[in-house]
Amino acid sequence: MAAGDVEFGEGQTSATTGLSGTGSVTGRADSHAADNPPRLEVCGLSKAFPGILASDRVDLRVAPGEIHALLGENGAGKSTLVRMIYGVLQPDAGEILWDGRAVRIGDPRAARSLGIALVFQHFALFEAMTVLENIALGMDQPGERAALAERVRVLSAGYGLALDPRRDVHGLSVGERQRIEVVRCLLQNPRLLIMDEPTSVLTPQEIERLFETLRQVAREGCSILYISHKLDEIKTLCDRATILRGGRVVAECDPAAESARSLAQLMIGAELKTVKRRTGGELGGLRLTVDGLDLDTEDLHGMDLRGVSFSVRAGEIFGIAGVAGNGQRELEFALSGERWAGRDDAVLVDGQPAGHLDAGGRRRLGLGCVPEGRRGHGAVPTMDLIENAILSGHGPMGLLSSIFIKGGAARRFAEDVLTAFDVRAAGPKASAGSLSGGNLQKFIVGREILQSPGVLIVSQPTWGVDAGAAAAIHQALADLAAAGAAVIVISQDLDELLEITDRLAVIDRGILSRPIATAQASIEEIGLLMGGIHGPAGVSTGPGDSGHAV
Amino acid sequence: MPFKIEARREMSRRLLFASPLLALVLTVLTGFVLFAAMGHDPVAALYHFGIAPLLSLYGLSELMVKAAPLILIGVGLAVGFRANVWNIGAEGQLTLGAVAAGGVGLMFWGEEGFWVLPLMCGAAVAAGMAYAAIPAFLKTRFEVNEILTSLMLTYVGTLFLSALVYGPLKDPAGFNFPQSRMFTDSALLPIVLEGTRLHAGTVVVILVAAAAWVLMSFTIVGFQIRVLGQAPAAARYAGFHRKRLIWLCLLLSGGLAGLAGAFEVAGPIGQLIPVITPGYGFTAIIVAFLGRLHPLGIVLSGLLIALSYIGGENAQVEVGLPQAVTGVFQGLLLFFLLGSDFLVRYRVRMRARPIMRPT
Repeated sequence: MAAGDVEFGEGQTSATTGLSGTGSVTGRADSHAADNPPRLEVCGLSKAFPGILASDRVDLRVAPGEIHALLGENGAGKSTLVRMIYGVLQPDAGEILWDGRAVRIGDPRAARSLGIALVFQHFALFEAMTVLENIALGMDQPGERAALAERVRVLSAGYGLALDPRRDVHGLSVGERQRIEVVRCLLQNPRLLIMDEPTSVLTPQEIERLFETLRQVAREGCSILYISHKLDEIKTLCDRATILRGGRVVAECDPAAESARSLAQLMIGAELKTVKRRTGGELGGLRLTVDGLDLDTEDLHGMDLRGVSFSVRAGEIFGIAGVAGNGQRELEFALSGERWAGRDDAVLVDGQPAGHLDAGGRRRLGLGCVPEGRRGHGAVPTMDLIENAILSGHGPMGLLSSIFIKGGAARRFAEDVLTAFDVRAAGPKASAGSLSGGNLQKFIVGREILQSPGVLIVSQPTWGVDAGAAAAIHQALADLAAAGAAVIVISQDLDELLEITDRLAVIDRGILSRPIATAQASIEEIGLLMGGIHGPAGVSTGPGDSGHAV
Repeated sequence: MPFKIEARREMSRRLLFASPLLALVLTVLTGFVLFAAMGHDPVAALYHFGIAPLLSLYGLSELMVKAAPLILIGVGLAVGFRANVWNIGAEGQLTLGAVAAGGVGLMFWGEEGFWVLPLMCGAAVAAGMAYAAIPAFLKTRFEVNEILTSLMLTYVGTLFLSALVYGPLKDPAGFNFPQSRMFTDSALLPIVLEGTRLHAGTVVVILVAAAAWVLMSFTIVGFQIRVLGQAPAAARYAGFHRKRLIWLCLLLSGGLAGLAGAFEVAGPIGQLIPVITPGYGFTAIIVAFLGRLHPLGIVLSGLLIALSYIGGENAQVEVGLPQAVTGVFQGLLLFFLLGSDFLVRYRVRMRARPIMRPT
């Protein structure tokens, strides 16, 4: 079917021309069999929000059985387009054709009755209910329970999606939770399956399994619209790709024929910079030592840390990989000082015990932190950027005289961050909430780096950040390390860790693996560690570790 | 639905300040309809309610006397509200402050000395703080909701005052009336403006409001309080101490409420009686929100609410309106304010029809 792409495209061009003429709806339906129209065609779809044209005359064509990638940075208009196709938003202009027939999709129910199914990026599952109950809740006509359970079992077995309908959701991994969503969609025999950033939380092995399922679904004739900004995945999985930038379609191409780099450049519309690391530099002394850190979680569904030990030298970038919810949040808190570590000497900053210092006290020792959460954690959305600069900078930047805030100095510090890190904002008086995710992250990273920390903890530095901003943040972290700081990057994005770290370890169920030198690490090995398989492959260590007494 | 409601990208600052005015206009309009429906001349009623009290020096001084406790308490509460610390028990803290001040005043009854009055005020502040310390302790130690504890303690406080004036503090020469002796001069606040009841406490109130403005706008303490209220996780990230800030907010609001109690008994009342406040501690909550939790705004809103008290009494005398009018007006004002505030964060838009290409 994929081989027929070109014909579909050309055939459709003529069909579209016929549309704007005198052809009636029934006439077009009759021409369906002859022309083989695309499963979904979107013509000139536009949608404006206050202050932004989120979707600007977008055209998109998905053939039956095709896996079609929708590629774009954050804010490129992918979600807006999907929400219009799924009936959540109504377009301001343009039309949607389904099997060559113009349709108005008034709400998601109408979309589902056409055969459109959507797997959300963030699953909305009820933790306290079983898999079966969650599936039934999301269906328009779930039918009888026992029959549904049987269908779930048969279908999940058929697609290699191991899933026990009787299990409670709160005990499931993220990958298993996603399977619930996929199975729920497949149960409705969809003709178009939309996957919104499905792999951002999966291990490499889980991703491979998902891809096999998707290929099988496509072979059976269901079209798939696959939304992602991960270029390698799109190259391996997708037949065609439509690339969006700033609400417009900038290119349509065959992803297999493009390089990841050329795709990225189409996506961000500029030359992609590679991170420049200093090479062959000598590492300095120990800046951060974590020794036998135990910490009980505060969250109902959190993870206790057990015996976490590692150390990071001046000039080094140390990565912590792992699937979400394996103790990353607790580790971030224990390192930043938002929570006390069990023992005072469980965390040493430049040899000083810091385990019983709060975040302010550790900042005085030169330890900075970029938390995973931005809005409401690393920044206060309702406050302006000057106040957000004061938030963590008041001590290290000397913005106080006794208890009074030095307004001028605070403003200058905020302006310095905006300039040095190319933060796009209406000025230092703009509220943090008005910044886009990437710009706010650049502001927070910049605010911490300009305080010249000796140790910087960064959690998910480029999560939801577009490629251009991500490259800038990576470069800033590399420069900070080159200037003699120890940088700890906690991330779920393996590509990111492989690109910028010197060594990395994997956190799984609250336990940190032995560190491995990034240069010697293989994706498979890390993936197995992330999946919790501590076999012989998991304990191999690179020569980079030998000098580190932990 | 022909229209829809959508969140604004940025809070509208213009509407933030316009919304109290809009609420005021709506309150007056509703009052107009209400008075007319009750068979009164609405123009005359509104004149006696809202304008007549402002036309004499005495009326203005009375306005300030009524506004003083509202502003003093409102400023303290607003500091806590900024941190999401909801002290609803200012009425009780005021009562305890009045008891402490009155107790000191009666202990040194007949004593001459400049130190009596400051001692009364100090005792009142301490008593208000101590009373607010109970919810503070329960909140920081056991995470007990301070709204419930502070509110419930109010009733304990007013009953405690009753027990005292019906018992040990009753005036021996007072024909068994439930009231204490009248304070002697050294225990009374000096009058600032001859011929009126405008006392020195009102000056202190204005100074406190100014100090609170400086605290909230220009110091790291005020900054910490605001961060804690708007993003508690960011406060922890910045290394601000939540428990310390909760203690600070409750002690500050309790202390100022206690001081307001001292000003009442040492000012307009001059003795301890079973009921020393017409609900100042609760009304100050309205004052704080009407003044946008900003100390200078609270000065203005305190004056406005004081006008509703005086205007209510005036309209009762002049037009024969029921006393409940005061409460009704205060309620209307808060109701409309909350309604108008919705427009600060959201806006109403006519629903745009999807434009479809003709098919």
